[in-house]
Amino acid sequence: MQQIFNFIIRNSNRLLFLLLLGISLALTIQSHSFHRSKVISSANFLSGGVYERINHINEYLNLRTENEELVLENARLKSLLFNKEDTTKLPLPDSIKGVKPADIIVSKVIHNSYNTHENYITINSGANDGIRQDMGVINSKGIIGVIDNTSPRYATVISILNMKSQINAKLKKSNHFGSLTWDGKSTGFVQLEDVPRLASIRKGDTIVTGGQSVIFPEGINIGTVDKIQTKENSSYYVINVKLFNDMTNLGHVYIIKSKDREELINLEKKGKDE
Amino acid sequence: MNSALLVNIFRFIMLLAIQIVIFNNMNFLGYISPFPYLLYIILYPVNGNRAGLIFSSFLLGLIMDMFCNSGGIHATACVILAYYRPYIFKFSFGLSYEYQTIRLNESLTPERFSFILVSVLLHHIVLFTLEAFQFKFILDILLRTLFSTIFTIITSIIIIYLIKPHKR
Repeated sequence: MQQIFNFIIRNSNRLLFLLLLGISLALTIQSHSFHRSKVISSANFLSGGVYERINHINEYLNLRTENEELVLENARLKSLLFNKEDTTKLPLPDSIKGVKPADIIVSKVIHNSYNTHENYITINSGANDGIRQDMGVINSKGIIGVIDNTSPRYATVISILNMKSQINAKLKKSNHFGSLTWDGKSTGFVQLEDVPRLASIRKGDTIVTGGQSVIFPEGINIGTVDKIQTKENSSYYVINVKLFNDMTNLGHVYIIKSKDREELINLEKKGKDE
Repeated sequence: MNSALLVNIFRFIMLLAIQIVIFNNMNFLGYISPFPYLLYIILYPVNGNRAGLIFSSFLLGLIMDMFCNSGGIHATACVILAYYRPYIFKFSFGLSYEYQTIRLNESLTPERFSFILVSVLLHHIVLFTLEAFQFKFILDILLRTLFSTIFTIITSIIIIYLIKPHKR
């Protein structure tokens, strides 16, 4: 017994080191699996609050671009209002031809990272505003990401510039779909994989969200085709997509609350169980 | 003794605040950001309590992770640096480092510079390896480590000179 105590006292630093190393490595490994720990994320009270303060200052520097975007969107909405026949052409996020009823929650980005392989965005509304995991996040130009963690007042978003993110997307002119991923290289481009070679694709074609996911409604803008590559020994294209959004400069965002989501998930679960 | 503790607590909070408010928003060329919060571990007193250093470094890293949404990578890198700090001292200053009173925030000698360089390099290699977590990014990891090390060292030395107590 004495020897055990002696051993612990003699090696206390090493034991403390190994313990803390174990904890931090566990947190690291956990963070690389898809759904992360709730504790170490910027959606908590401390970091969310600090980011909100910082953002209050940064906001003033971006007022001009933010105003320009709002003016543009106002103009678009006004054109919608005055020319009602346009409604069928424009990919409105809510109630696409009444197929997928969805609610929109307006929120603001208070922290945005884009310089690592796994990027997250923090927004200043959370569970109190009705935000839950796996809701889609967009802005006036296109998609931004999917909600990951929520706290009462803040939430984190898995940005599309995150190598873990996978979003169903398709060509606007046909119905060939693939999954949208990121290769971690450039903040202006994402990759659309698993598009069959049968599809006829040209540079400049528009890519929109596909109707297969329960997160986003169909037809939200993503970007345009920039480069088309073919993998060897495979019958699929890998397409470089140039994003409409500048992911390094985000202001207000909309969170899509799909009403059909639970029904769809339950239905699909039922199919798998049987 | 008590004042040394207060100085350390003050340094801990100030470096974290500067890191989060200013340096985390710096993105040279899109992906290079300096991490001068390491100065807390580097400037910790040579003969200070080692368990205290390891534990406070863990907390430092954990708070950084909270703000960067990065799981536990900063905590891991900080704990490893804190634990191996005496070995880096031995490497840079020779065996008798414990009997000297090394004050890092005086003029920059080659020994002091090599100590800062090795510490920052160790921390950044661990950090970026864990961040990428895949071997196919080995080139990317090395590139990020190299550039971030350069920028961290430059900002660290500037901060050391700025907070250096004035001699009269």
